[in-house]
Amino acid sequence: MSEKVLMKGNEAIAEAAIQAGCHHYFGYPITPQTEVAAYMAKRMPKIGGTFLQAESEVSAINMVIGVASTGKRVMTSSSSPGVSLKAEGISYLAGCDLPAVVVNVQRGGPGLGGIQPSQSDYFQSTKGGGHGDYRNIVLAPASVQEMASLTVKAFDLADKYSMVSMILADGTMGQMMEPVSLDVGEVKTYEKPWALTGTKCEREHNIVNSLYLKPEELEVKNFERYEKYKSIEENEVMYEEYLMDDAEVCVVAFGITSRVAKNAINEARANGVKVGMIRPITLWPFPKKVLADAADKCKAFICVEMNMGQMIEDVELAIRCKKPVYLCNRVGGMIPSPEEVLAKINEVNENGGAF
Amino acid sequence: MSVVFEKPKSLTDAVLHYCPGCTHGIIHRLVAEVIDELGIEGETIGVAPVGCAVMAYNYFTCDFVQAAHGRAPAVATGVKRSDPSKIVFTYQGDGDLAAIGTAETVHSAARRENITVIFVNNAIYGMTGGQMAPTTLPGQVTQTSPYGRDVETVGYPVKVCELLSNVDGAAYVERVAVNNVKNIKNAKKAIKKAFQNQIEGKGFSLVEVVSTCPTNWGMTPEKALEWVDEKMLPYYPLGVYKDIYAEEEAK
Amino acid sequence: MAKVTFKTDLCKGCSLCVGACPKGIVKLSETKLNAKGHHPAEVTEPEKCIGCAFCATMCPDCVITVER
Repeated sequence: MSEKVLMKGNEAIAEAAIQAGCHHYFGYPITPQTEVAAYMAKRMPKIGGTFLQAESEVSAINMVIGVASTGKRVMTSSSSPGVSLKAEGISYLAGCDLPAVVVNVQRGGPGLGGIQPSQSDYFQSTKGGGHGDYRNIVLAPASVQEMASLTVKAFDLADKYSMVSMILADGTMGQMMEPVSLDVGEVKTYEKPWALTGTKCEREHNIVNSLYLKPEELEVKNFERYEKYKSIEENEVMYEEYLMDDAEVCVVAFGITSRVAKNAINEARANGVKVGMIRPITLWPFPKKVLADAADKCKAFICVEMNMGQMIEDVELAIRCKKPVYLCNRVGGMIPSPEEVLAKINEVNENGGAF
Repeated sequence: MSVVFEKPKSLTDAVLHYCPGCTHGIIHRLVAEVIDELGIEGETIGVAPVGCAVMAYNYFTCDFVQAAHGRAPAVATGVKRSDPSKIVFTYQGDGDLAAIGTAETVHSAARRENITVIFVNNAIYGMTGGQMAPTTLPGQVTQTSPYGRDVETVGYPVKVCELLSNVDGAAYVERVAVNNVKNIKNAKKAIKKAFQNQIEGKGFSLVEVVSTCPTNWGMTPEKALEWVDEKMLPYYPLGVYKDIYAEEEAK
Repeated sequence: MAKVTFKTDLCKGCSLCVGACPKGIVKLSETKLNAKGHHPAEVTEPEKCIGCAFCATMCPDCVITVER
């Protein structure tokens, strides 16, 4: 499958998951991600896999827990309100150290919000969402090709670290059609000695569990998990740098807004403004180091986000507030236009840099 | 002389944490005896609930996963769909199965998911210290119904077997009790049938076991057994509520 | 000829076995305390045991083994 085919982002996620060896999918209809479920409903029976429309997002994520506990690759997808419902299960997956892929094709919130694209689940995905101390690996695709390739990556990282990998897309990414190659390369498999496969009366029973009534044991589990997270922060950060060599203003954007920002940056460059972009591909682990380095060279940062300013907090932390960080945002399902971003770039270039 | 009764080998040597006289221990043993008799220990995967039986994973020798409150049938669905050759059972209490997990219960039945559900009904939340359950009897005093369950304000108990008997997908639904030797023997037969059904691919089988909670009912274990006969069983009559294969045979 | 043996230290003294015995020979010890601090169940007149295993059937803690 090295040639390119024209696909919707949601369909690219679904097909890439299958190519990555995911033969079990549990979902529930919600706009704007329903194509993932519809695609799985068509494909899974053809490959002897499982597509099941659960009675709720809560149930779907718990079915995911069931498959994950047997050691097989498994995925669920939803959009913002549905991901809130999955938060309990995501916390249990973290507490049980189970690998799974969760897709969030975001829409506007809070509450039922709207059905138009949004990035307002950044906090929910990167800071928790469910209860307890835990992290998810969060990948933010910015093209249909990345919807596919990052899904494959998400399965690999989930298995490698035995935890949840989340694809944080948005309604635009889910609905847009672009050419995509589904050549996923060799799919690596991982040993899972903890998996529930039946003891065959030949080994001690395996227990998948997140309950530790002795506080000293629960503390050790938490410490161990954070050692794992530390190594992920050291080894798995992904980002794209765009025209950063001589940049004086650094735009930070992920997903769909990074594409809008690129247009604005090209326009600004044509007018002689030295502006570039750092696009986090992993929202967690967050690309702190490259941003910290940029803070030594740039005079100001602009976060372009479709929320009220969520990633901006991580940018400020990453650069230790050495330089001012400005927000250029639209919310509620509105997408910033290249003109709006360009205006912000020009404004910051002229006036920014001083606190 | 030969041994005619001993601990089944599908139970570990862990000491049960249940209160003195709690019939969870009897129900655990019956499940383990059935697993032994069917020779499925090495192929069985259990799903533990939240509630008193949360640590069931320590007591059975088979593989186990612990589910969030009420979600055991969804987790069991995932396990079973992952490997249909495994024998998958959930072990759930009344708060877990009939309150917070009602949707998972009804829909796993509706799908005729090929799993076995052991539902322990003792009319109270035991682990949290004796609060009103979905199955608490009208007038029954609990920590959160201190003047007795008032059906005018908090409504009526949920009768799970009666409810599921109207779900087309449910294959086998029976209510049993463990308050005397005769009832225990019947309970074991029902549990065995619920596992046998799964082995034969017959689909969703649920056995409701009317149980006791001497500690939170505030009575001695022996008195609790009597209370089952006097109060519980008139409200929750024993019997087979659904058996689609028996119905087909009868036609 | 029948024999019941108790894993005394597992007994929680709930006395469900006491009520189950058709011969009335299972009692809670009035003198002994087990490791948990319970008065454990025991058989007072073993020669009367018929090996029906009712006591073991009612025991929630797998304390009792029955031979016959």
